[in-house]
Amino acid sequence: MDFLAPEAIAQLAILGFVFFMLLNSAAIMVYVERKVAARIQQRMGPTLVGPAGMLQPLADIIKLAMKEYLQPKSADPILFALAPIISAAAAFTAFAVVPFGAETTFFGLLDRPVPLQVADVNVAILWVFAVTSMGVYGIVLAGYSSNSKYSLLGALRSSAQMISYELSYGMAIAAVILLANTMSIRGIVEAQSGGFLDTTRWFLWLQPIGFFIFMTAGVAETNRAPFDFPEAEQELVAGYHTEYSSMSFAMFFLAEYINMVTVSAIATNLYLGGWNGPFLDDLGVGWIWFLLKLSFLLFFYVWMRWTLPRYRYDQLMAFGWKFLLPLSVINLLVTAAGVLYFAG
Amino acid sequence: MPVNLILFYVFAAIAVITTLLVVVQSNPVYSVLLLIGSFIGLAGLYVLLNAPFVAVIQIIVYAGAIMVLFLFVVMLLNAPREEVVQSNLIDASGTRAIGGLLAIAFAAELAWALTRSRGLAVSAPDERASYSVAAIGQRIFQEYAFAFEATSILILVAMVGAVTLASRHSGKR
Repeated sequence: MDFLAPEAIAQLAILGFVFFMLLNSAAIMVYVERKVAARIQQRMGPTLVGPAGMLQPLADIIKLAMKEYLQPKSADPILFALAPIISAAAAFTAFAVVPFGAETTFFGLLDRPVPLQVADVNVAILWVFAVTSMGVYGIVLAGYSSNSKYSLLGALRSSAQMISYELSYGMAIAAVILLANTMSIRGIVEAQSGGFLDTTRWFLWLQPIGFFIFMTAGVAETNRAPFDFPEAEQELVAGYHTEYSSMSFAMFFLAEYINMVTVSAIATNLYLGGWNGPFLDDLGVGWIWFLLKLSFLLFFYVWMRWTLPRYRYDQLMAFGWKFLLPLSVINLLVTAAGVLYFAG
Repeated sequence: MPVNLILFYVFAAIAVITTLLVVVQSNPVYSVLLLIGSFIGLAGLYVLLNAPFVAVIQIIVYAGAIMVLFLFVVMLLNAPREEVVQSNLIDASGTRAIGGLLAIAFAAELAWALTRSRGLAVSAPDERASYSVAAIGQRIFQEYAFAFEATSILILVAMVGAVTLASRHSGKR
């Protein structure tokens, strides 16, 4: 492999860009979250730092970085330091296989087009699963190593929740794989192109129930409201990251927001046609569509958090096992039958 | 040196060192984590052998699902140190003899396997078709369908057994 070929440099540039944007997405999401929350509660939100308070996330980061690194006396020092690293690393790694645009030559800069994606793997969806299941360890270890009852309870809840909802999540994705007949996310997006204005062949129209299951399970996977039991303030102080402070707390925060971005990006690619959309794709800037759809889904996450009250824990489990899982099994069976009937 | 060979040594070193540490150090929680590291090293080797599907399944099933259960059991038992149990059973010379024999047998088996292999296979010949998801699916559900179904029934039996054991008190109340 030639490391100085233009394609290799472009690939490295994409890698750096994705890393940088993921870091920034957390900052942007903090700002959006605070602003939208404030508007929903008829407040102003941050206004003082920068124009319209836009530099508030920067101030937050400086504040977090300046804080003292605290560690409980009875904590396990190695695991306590390792847990946030696992969480953040898993969050970044999962995004590696998510494509965000069609193949491009950067407006004629390159001889051969490169895909807008860090790595095009043919088992991409399973990769996302594998890395997400590694992320659970960050939370479990944080709870265990803190040696605090609130942390441990939060971690146990979180892992129970993630394991329960992973089943429905997988079944919803399996239905999409059946429709697209590939496991590569890029392949799935390409299967959705065409049709009237590049919109009629989105899998959303074929899989409305699947989309609902995916989004619900996605909210549970990322531990967001109304499924934010791992950090239910009224019961558990702050759940698994109760004992964390300073930058190690910031890493959990970062991981949570990046996971949100990843789930939304995958939902965009799997159900909303990725970068397929009217007009822009022909100009070679389909990624604008991708960004728009991603932003909408992220806004939806924030919107939901500040609108819906938290479920009760037993309701969450009952909902996951007795409603969502049977629904996703039926959805998968019907999809499989449909694919067999129409394609065979 | 080709990139593949360097990567092979990196992943092999990860797998061997973490596996050794699982046995050598005494904190069970660390053992579980090191075992996960070993599985990830193995997954890397599978990728080098052009079998990404096997690698990913290795991480999902072993490193993800099974080790989470291990971790929970260890955490809930809350055993920070492995206790050296002083009992006649472990100290008996017979136990050590059997252990020693087993170790020798495994070493001999390993040596035999190494002499039989046709040199070091750092990466498999590029037969992507035979390792693809579709090919693996066809193998499992056509050629080995009976073995596959038999295994799933075995797992089902184990599940039913676990549920029966866990709920044995609820019927009597």
